[in-house]
Amino acid sequence: MDRAEVEAKMTELLVDELGLDRDKITMSATFEEDLEVDSLGVVELLMALEDNFGVAIPDEEAEAIGTVGQAVDVVMEKLGG
Amino acid sequence: MLDRVALVTGASRGIGRAIALHLAAAGHPVAVNYRSRSDAADEVVATISAGGGRATAVAADVGDADAVTEMVDEIGETLGSISILVNNAGITDDDLLLRMKPGAWDRVIQTNLSSAYLCSRAVLRGMLKARWGRIINITSVSGLSGNPGQANYAAAKAGLVGLTKSVAKEVGSRGITANAVAPGFIETDMTDQLGEAVRESALPAIAVGRFGTPEEVASAVGYLASEAAGYVTGQVLVVDGGLAF
Repeated sequence: MDRAEVEAKMTELLVDELGLDRDKITMSATFEEDLEVDSLGVVELLMALEDNFGVAIPDEEAEAIGTVGQAVDVVMEKLGG
Repeated sequence: MLDRVALVTGASRGIGRAIALHLAAAGHPVAVNYRSRSDAADEVVATISAGGGRATAVAADVGDADAVTEMVDEIGETLGSISILVNNAGITDDDLLLRMKPGAWDRVIQTNLSSAYLCSRAVLRGMLKARWGRIINITSVSGLSGNPGQANYAAAKAGLVGLTKSVAKEVGSRGITANAVAPGFIETDMTDQLGEAVRESALPAIAVGRFGTPEEVASAVGYLASEAAGYVTGQVLVVDGGLAF
């Protein structure tokens, strides 16, 4: 899966599973402020990443994820890409 | 809606059994958890099946984290993702605090309180994805008022109230409610052990003038598990016949 595919799939699951507004999702958007994702929402995001990309993200790595682009980075790294 | 799967812990006897039968009668597939009494759990499953319902018995010590994970996975495969969790499993190991052994304290806290934490954590993932869930913790009037000889039991049951209210606040925005039901004196094997003198002395304090039935507790649980209770969360519903304490 290349980066464009991961970005597209990431956008889809943010809309479908976290109920986020598609228009607000950019790679530089922050989860907490721009997308208004609460702490439970972050847990849900990690669950969605596990389910959709088949990657497990440890808590300490998850804490470093601030933007959508950073989430893509972590998934790419886990996928070995 | 009616295929929403329920898990009732400690469901082979007493109040848990009545809750399992009640939820099954309301149309829910029910996982009947038990620790040691497989014959009693099988009887509950057979009763549900005979009434046209779906049920399965699942053995697990719900105070054991690994056992809980295995149990929830197993139910996911047989009945489906759990939408309704009733944390009912409970034991007593009464003694005056001055004589209470650490083992009696730990065992009661583990089985009555830690079990609810473990089971709730295990089922919440599925409830979050479904954006719907009901967690109902069976506490006790002992946990609200205290009871001599039951410091461990009352502490565990009071702990369930704090757990209930916290979980309610954490997941309320996702369509998941968490409530507690606090029975008073109910006719079960557990209260049979009280002895006639204690039972007789309890009656004048009960406005309704009798012990309650497991079914009367189950119907309160049934309400909290229903669609109709979607705006009720973080509450303790006391089912004690108007017990003065």
